[in-house]
This record gives sequence, structure tokens and C-alpha cells, in this order.
Amino acid sequence: MALLQIAEPGQSTTPHQHRLAVGIDLGTTNSLVATVRSGEVTTLADANGKHLLPSVVHYGEDGVQVGEEALKYSVSDPYNTIVSVKRYMGRGHADVQGDDAHHSYHFADTDSTVPRFKTRRGEVSAIEVSAEILKVLKQRAEESLGGELVGAVITVPAYFDDAQRQATKDAARLAGLEVLRLLNEPTAAAVAYGLDTGNEGVIAVYDLGGGTFDISILRLNKGVFEVLATGGNSSLGGDDFDYAISQWIIEQAGESYRETPESKRLIMQQAKAAKEQLAEAQSVDITIDSGDFHWQGTLDRDTMEELIRPLVQKTLMSCRRALRDAGVDNEDISEVVMVGGSTRTLLVREMVAGFFDCELLTGIDPDKVVATGAALQADVLAGNKPDDEMLLLDVIPLSLGIETMGGLVEKIIHRNTAIPVSRAQDFTTYKDGQTAMAIHVLQGERELVSDCRSLARFELRGIPPQVAGAARIRVTFQVDADGLLIVSAREENSGVEASVDVKPSYGLSDSEVETMLRDSIEHAEEDMHLRMLREQQVEADRVIEALDSALAVDGDELLSEKEKTAIAAAREELLQARDGNDTNVIEEKIKQLEAVCEDYVARRMNSNIKSAMQGHSIEEYASDSEAGDS
Amino acid sequence: MAITLTEPAAERVRTFLENRGKGVGLRLGVKTMGCSGMSYVLEFVDDVNPEDEVFEDKGVKVIVDKKSLVYIDGTELDYTREGLNEGFKFNNPKEKAACGCGESFTV
Repeated sequence: MALLQIAEPGQSTTPHQHRLAVGIDLGTTNSLVATVRSGEVTTLADANGKHLLPSVVHYGEDGVQVGEEALKYSVSDPYNTIVSVKRYMGRGHADVQGDDAHHSYHFADTDSTVPRFKTRRGEVSAIEVSAEILKVLKQRAEESLGGELVGAVITVPAYFDDAQRQATKDAARLAGLEVLRLLNEPTAAAVAYGLDTGNEGVIAVYDLGGGTFDISILRLNKGVFEVLATGGNSSLGGDDFDYAISQWIIEQAGESYRETPESKRLIMQQAKAAKEQLAEAQSVDITIDSGDFHWQGTLDRDTMEELIRPLVQKTLMSCRRALRDAGVDNEDISEVVMVGGSTRTLLVREMVAGFFDCELLTGIDPDKVVATGAALQADVLAGNKPDDEMLLLDVIPLSLGIETMGGLVEKIIHRNTAIPVSRAQDFTTYKDGQTAMAIHVLQGERELVSDCRSLARFELRGIPPQVAGAARIRVTFQVDADGLLIVSAREENSGVEASVDVKPSYGLSDSEVETMLRDSIEHAEEDMHLRMLREQQVEADRVIEALDSALAVDGDELLSEKEKTAIAAAREELLQARDGNDTNVIEEKIKQLEAVCEDYVARRMNSNIKSAMQGHSIEEYASDSEAGDS
Repeated sequence: MAITLTEPAAERVRTFLENRGKGVGLRLGVKTMGCSGMSYVLEFVDDVNPEDEVFEDKGVKVIVDKKSLVYIDGTELDYTREGLNEGFKFNNPKEKAACGCGESFTV
């Protein structure tokens, strides 16, 4: 009989429910949903037959509108109409302060780490805005497919960090969508072209969307994709072409220009229209009519190309860097997959073909290619195909490592390493008798712990006390296909081990993350003192333990009663200080105890040498040393 | 009669409830749908209704509404693995026939 899973109250599935899964390209400018039906990928259209859903959300008097409906308000009601929300995903409040040149929103003044847009329907975060878009796509898919979705593959730019990926997952959760997997956009594009069934070789995926640029270098080997390197720019895309053209219009208009949010938006719209027409036409007439600002002019293709050339040049610089990361040359690239609406611009195709010096793949609509690949992957993940059909290797976007002495980060898995992956590195103890080791897992490219992102902390305890450097502690980092990191530490001599599953901020609400961040800042100094205290306590334990074992061996033999009493008193004082919380007192008492024991230690040394030499003549040692010298 | 759980099933339910962070127990029941008459319901329970019977086995509260109990009394809930798939299984002594897929049954 079929195996059942526990459902949420009232959510039991009906028998024989088809495993309906979709791929979603959640784009900066446009979003799209696709699915596999009867073995074929189709993008799903709305009631009006439109496939692309503009990623625009309008918070209106009588409800929330998404897509074309919302786009209508982008000029007349700019503060309540959120466009290009993907730019704000997973970004902090401070990150968005400099962006006002492009966008004219009112941000709420909160101490929240997440920027919140002020709209007439209250404050909303980027996650909530994205969720509105996903809700519409989900509903469209369920109506088209006649059933509830089991889940979706949602694509993200390859260089999205964990916060941004998490924000995307949160948006999906808010929209009631199960995320089967987040898939890198360029990887999805390569899947769409069926390059997995093609020849072996190295390909590049050039993805210039509305708001983001992504370059990925993939290697195809026996039908398997391996992402060799990724690079790009999260703030460069077709929007910037529009912006450059709109700046040209404003420059041409000169003193007659009146800046209002409406006129800015209108000029952007006209600039975008002009750019699209110039893919066909040689020149285009532009008319702006906004309140008390009127302007009319002509833009020809050459002029536009000069305006956007520096931007395209920027993308090629990212391409060069990605090639270097991948360790391949331009001539190793056999094909370039073109993705994103902005690759329709002729200058882009010309310059990219020139740079890579090879054929460009433009056969699939560049707006739909990512969603197509995501749908294919979703179909596999939903269990509608044999598991071995397609195996995708992804890469780690940021290096993973642990903290070592001096607040430095030792990277264990470097960025752009293909997952799943497992790497181990050996560490050792720093102090004699150290019985515990704090393992602090970090993510980032910087050298200092303070500049990286803290993912988790755990302790390996029960290390047998040994001299510093004798313990062999193997720390293993393991990342599975879903990007879940497991860090384990094992002391090889004794076999004690500890491990932690790292889900970077998974399952935490925004406020919880905020609290964690605030706590880490507020308690920074406290933590530091605690750490020093802990280290000093470990040291005190080591000293006492060494003393006790020595006394047991030859205390009675070498010490007078008076000396023994003095040592016992000093030992007792240290024991008391150790259980207190004053680091300096513990340190002082350790020194005192060591001073009291100085004679005893010297006597032990002599007695040890005596017993070692007993039964041997001095001559033996002399001849040994002579032999050694010769 | 009562509803019981095997040790593996009880352990999974306890873990699932713990991970979920809320819920008083597990609801077993039947729905009249599916190709062979009825299908099983397996859900978390946040609120116990007045018409519910509550059993306890191996530290898990099992909640069954009185209407469903007629069809599944005596059931032992098991947790098993079949290939890569794993999940719960109703061992229902009253079950007479199941459809090919096993997703629905008759008594």
C-alpha cells in the first residue's frame, strides 16, 4: 500500500493526486512560471494569454494588484508601486540608502535589518512583495494544471548569498509554495538548451536581465553539468540601459526638465520603449508629456550604443574574471547561452560574440529559457522522472571556514567549489591540557572573523589533556546537494567527536534574526571576557591536575610536612579562584602556586635524573655523547 | 479496541511533532473518496474536537473522530521504508480490499 505522510490539519491530499511541480523564474523585471506536461515544457499564460508577469506590485486603495495591473500605476502612484523588488531581497536597510538615484520609494525608519517600503496599505518588506508575485504565479499554475502544486523550483542568480537565498525561500513560504530547490539561473538555462545531452565541453551562460547580470562557466561531462565558476553584478542590467538613456533625455531637455517622481518614471518608460524599438529600427522618436514637462526628440541607434557601451563593457570584465576563476581561456568556450531580455539588444550580442569569439545560442526565447530549465528540474525533483535522469552540480557561492587563533578565518571549502563536497583539515590544541575546543563556523571571503558571517558555533569537549600540539582534531565540512552544511570535529587519538548542522538562518523569523544580530553585538564584550575566563580555568585545571599526579608519586618522599601544607594552601586558593569569575585572580593564583612549588619541581627533576642514571656509570654517558659528536 | 503505534511510528511522530513546535497529537481518520471507497487521513492536531476520541500509546496522543473510529478501530500505525520512499502505513484489520495503489480501501 502507499506510504502516507502526516499532513497539516485539514490538508490531507486526495488519492492519486498528480505530482504537479513548476519552475519559476522570479526575475527582477518579469517573472514566469513553466511546467512539464506530456513530456514537454510549456510556460503558463494568464487568462489574457500573457506569459510574462511584470514583477510589479501595487498597493492600491482597494487591494493589491500584481503584474500588468500594477504596472499601470507605476507612473501615477509611484510610492505605492514596487518595481524591481528583487534588488532589495536579503539586503539590509543601510544597503538601500544609496540607491535612490534609481528608485523613488519611501522607506520606513526602523531599526530592522530589512528595509520596509512605506505604502498606503502599511509597511511591507521585500519578502512580502515577492510573495505577492509568487502567489499570482502559484494560482495561475494551479488553475492551469487543475490541482495543487507539490512544489516549485525557483531560480536565483548564482551569486545570491545565503541571506538572499533565504529571503527568496521565505517569500515562497509566505506565498504557500514548497520550494523543491533553489536553482542557479544560468544552470537552469543550460538545462533548457538540453546541453546535458550534447557534446562535452565548456560553455558560458551570459544572463543579462532587467536588473541583474550573471556569467557562469559550466563544464559538460558525460551529461553532467559542473559549474566551474560564477560571477556577475547584482546591480547591472537592462534597467541601467534605460537609466542611461533617460539620463540622456534629461540632458537633452536641459533647463526645461522638471523632476517629479512621475516625470522620472515616464522618462524611464519611454527610454525602455526606445531601446526595444532600436533592436529593429535605426532611429526612434521620443515624446515625453508629463504635467508641466514636455519634451520631444530623436534617438538613433549609434547614439544609444554609445550610451550603453560602457555598461556592456562592464559585463565583459565580469566575464574575464569568471574565466580566470574557472581556469579556462576564451578559446576553451565552445558555446555561449544568451539569457535575459537585454540580450536582444544588438550591441550586446555583437560584443559578447566578439569577446568569446564563438557562436551564441539564442534559439529559445531569452525571457523564457530560465523558467524552462527550472520546470525540467522541478519535474525530476517532484518524482515524475527517474532520479538518475539529471544530476546537477552546483557551487558554493561563498567560502566556508572556521575561526583559528588570533581571530583569523581558515577557509576549508573555497568559493565556487562544486557541491556535494566534503573536505577535512587537521587542527590541534593550543595549550597544554586543553580539554575543549570551540569551533566557530564562518562564511565569507575576508580574512578576519569580524568581517565574515557567523554561521554556527559548537564545542568539542572531552579532549584528553595532552601537551599543546599533541591532539589531532580533524574538522570535516560536508555540504550536501541542497547546500546544507554539516560540520563535525573529531579528536583522532581519543575518538571524541561533536558535530553541528548548519542551516544559515533557516527557519528563523526576521525578528529572531534581528535579535540574534543584536545579541551578538551587545554581548560581544561579555563573550570575550567569558572566553578569557574559560581559557584561564582550563589552565588552572591543568596546573592542579599536574600537581596532584606529581604529589601522588613522590610528594611524601620529597616534601616536608611544612612544605606540603604550604602547597596545599596555595592549591586550595587556586581552586577557589577557579570557581570564581575573575580571570586576573585565577592567573595570579596560578603564578603563586607555581612559585610555591618551584623547589619541589627542582627536586623532582633531580630525583628523576638520579633514578634514570642508577646502575649506569658516568663513562657510559660520556662515550655516548662522544659517539654522538663524531 | 484501540489504536496503537509501532515503536518506529511512535518515534517518528514524536520527532515530527517536536520539529513542528506545536500540536497536541496525531489525527487518524478516513475520508470518503478515492477509487476504492475511502482513503486514510493522517494529520497533525492543534485542536481536539468534542466528537473526538483520544488514545495514548508510546507517548503519542492519537486522536480519532467517532465516525472514523468505526472503520479503523484496531489499526496499528507503522512507519516503514520502501526504496527511497518512507512513510506511515495503516495496518487495519477491518480493511477488506484496497485499490491497486493502496491509497484508498473498503471495509
